[in-house]
Amino acid sequence: MAKKSYRQAISEALSQEMERDPTIVIMGEDIAGGAGAEGEQDAWGGPLGVTKGLYTKFGPDRVLDTPITESGFIGAAVGAAASGLRPVAELMFVDFMGVCFDQIFNQAAKFKYMFGGKAKTPVVIRTMYGAGFRAASQHSQCLYNVFTHIPGLKVALPSNPYEAKGLLIQAIRDDDPVIFFEHKAMYDMEGEVPDETYAIPFGQANVTREGDDATIIAFGRMVNFANTVADKLSKDGITCTVVDPRTTSPLDTETILETAAETGRVVVVDEAHPRCNMATDVSALICQEAFDKLKAPIKMVTAPHAPVPFSAALEDLYIPSMDKIEAAVRSVTGKSH
Amino acid sequence: MQLSREDLLKAYRRMVMIREFEEAVHEEFSAGSIPGFVHLYAGEEASGVGVCMHLNDNDYIASTHRGHGHCLAKDCDEHAMMLEIFGKKDGLCGGKGGSMHIADLSKGMMGANGIVGGGPPLICGAALTAKTLKNGGVAVAFVGDGASNQGTVFESYNLAKVWNLPAIFVVEDNGYAEATSSRYSVAGSQVARGKAFDIPAIEVDGSDFFAVWEAAREAVERARNGGGPSLIHSRVLRYYGHFEGDAMTYRPADEVANYRANKDPLMLFRRRVTEAGLLEGSALDEIDRSVKDRIAQCVVQAKAAPEPTEADLLTDVYISY
Repeated sequence: MAKKSYRQAISEALSQEMERDPTIVIMGEDIAGGAGAEGEQDAWGGPLGVTKGLYTKFGPDRVLDTPITESGFIGAAVGAAASGLRPVAELMFVDFMGVCFDQIFNQAAKFKYMFGGKAKTPVVIRTMYGAGFRAASQHSQCLYNVFTHIPGLKVALPSNPYEAKGLLIQAIRDDDPVIFFEHKAMYDMEGEVPDETYAIPFGQANVTREGDDATIIAFGRMVNFANTVADKLSKDGITCTVVDPRTTSPLDTETILETAAETGRVVVVDEAHPRCNMATDVSALICQEAFDKLKAPIKMVTAPHAPVPFSAALEDLYIPSMDKIEAAVRSVTGKSH
Repeated sequence: MQLSREDLLKAYRRMVMIREFEEAVHEEFSAGSIPGFVHLYAGEEASGVGVCMHLNDNDYIASTHRGHGHCLAKDCDEHAMMLEIFGKKDGLCGGKGGSMHIADLSKGMMGANGIVGGGPPLICGAALTAKTLKNGGVAVAFVGDGASNQGTVFESYNLAKVWNLPAIFVVEDNGYAEATSSRYSVAGSQVARGKAFDIPAIEVDGSDFFAVWEAAREAVERARNGGGPSLIHSRVLRYYGHFEGDAMTYRPADEVANYRANKDPLMLFRRRVTEAGLLEGSALDEIDRSVKDRIAQCVVQAKAAPEPTEADLLTDVYISY
């Protein structure tokens, strides 16, 4: 199987789906890059080159550069979805939700319910999240927990290139609004990705490691950290199950509860701030439904309750590290060095 | 394009339907039969109907929180609407939307909206769909003078122009954003705002059905022919408060009475068509009677209709789970 980057996997999913379905349009700020300028019309392909080449392939009617006007074009994507297109809009950084959230959570998320079931809003909003780029407080947040809170939205967090392609194809084919989170530190990550199209169903967690001593439930980029920690600990005789929920809404509560019950020792890893995040959500779920199976208190490894700092020294302390995950696993298993 | 006798009868019927509907809702709300927040369109009928007479089911509109009139102007079913406003299971939205979210996408009615300025970006999207699918459709955003100051509205003017969308923005200026006068809250003029984006813009007397109809004819034609967006500043009169229960102490005491006596859109329409010999008074009287009966019947049925049940609480959050 061919090795492809996370960036290529996303681009390939968009390209193959656009070939299949002429009602798919993509839009965003500099999604082609260069509209109206004298030079190249496909100069950027988004700020990190994810959509590079799609303008040349599909033309200006299907790859639409937008003004820098998030409420306007995210709202337009929602309205287009409710009237017959399947738009994929790029909200460059999820931090910019602050200037368009109304169109997502009051409009797109609620049409189906408010209109008595008679609306279909198949919009995908692709957005970059996460720390590690020295991009500071307004370009580094996670925020998937905020969208997960809203009924009517689906939220996908692909953790590697294979997941990115399959989950994006599912997001595009899904008839509900989907917020698709791409971690900016993962675009160059490589992995095996089939050339053909495939959809990974939402709400079905992926168990990436199986073990007996602890269960690590991790989200997005943190799945990779958890896998690395599990592999390292197995050499010390501590074996871990690692669960990648893939989507936070819908959430595969069944797999989470089963795998938590199997080991009775749980670590939840979430790059988001600690209040009301996925770690607290999953911990509450396990405490409510499987408390009697727990052999130790659940440990949460998260970012601190602070904005993302700019300084490399501080940002490295901010992001949940593999050392912290390892310490948490050792702590719940009672097996220190 | 001229208005045929059938068109005139249809326009009058829709305007009377809105008036009777709103008067009935006013009465029932005062009596405590209707829950929640209600914002009435009475007095503004000629504006919504004058625009929507040019539209068909493939054209979209996005409305405001004052949405009953736009819904009826877009030919949504008055019976299902009344049930919805009473919160009943068989209402237009299953009782889950109510007055502020009343919608029927099968009629191109993309919803009243609880968010002031929420509609224009959505209408850019509906217009993009029409443009992409080349189906000849147009999309109309109704906004109030209050919403006209929201950033979403300016973003939508810009986007509609940049993308040359078949979109029409109808600023229905009833003089008050809630209780604040548009003389205080709106800088510049609505027409100048449109023109700043190079969008053809015109001000009309929104109480005059024929003036609105003519302005909308031009705007819709331009949109259908690929000529891009237009703006209509429609000056209208609000007979009731911002919401039902508003004591309206910010308005001159005789303002509404003067409107009703001298500027009533139904009265102006009747005078115009009878004086010009286009329709006879008896035909209009017959519409008045039949619509009044129909609305009375809708109210009786809405009161008797079943409520949603617990089984309905969690349905229709998603299409697939």
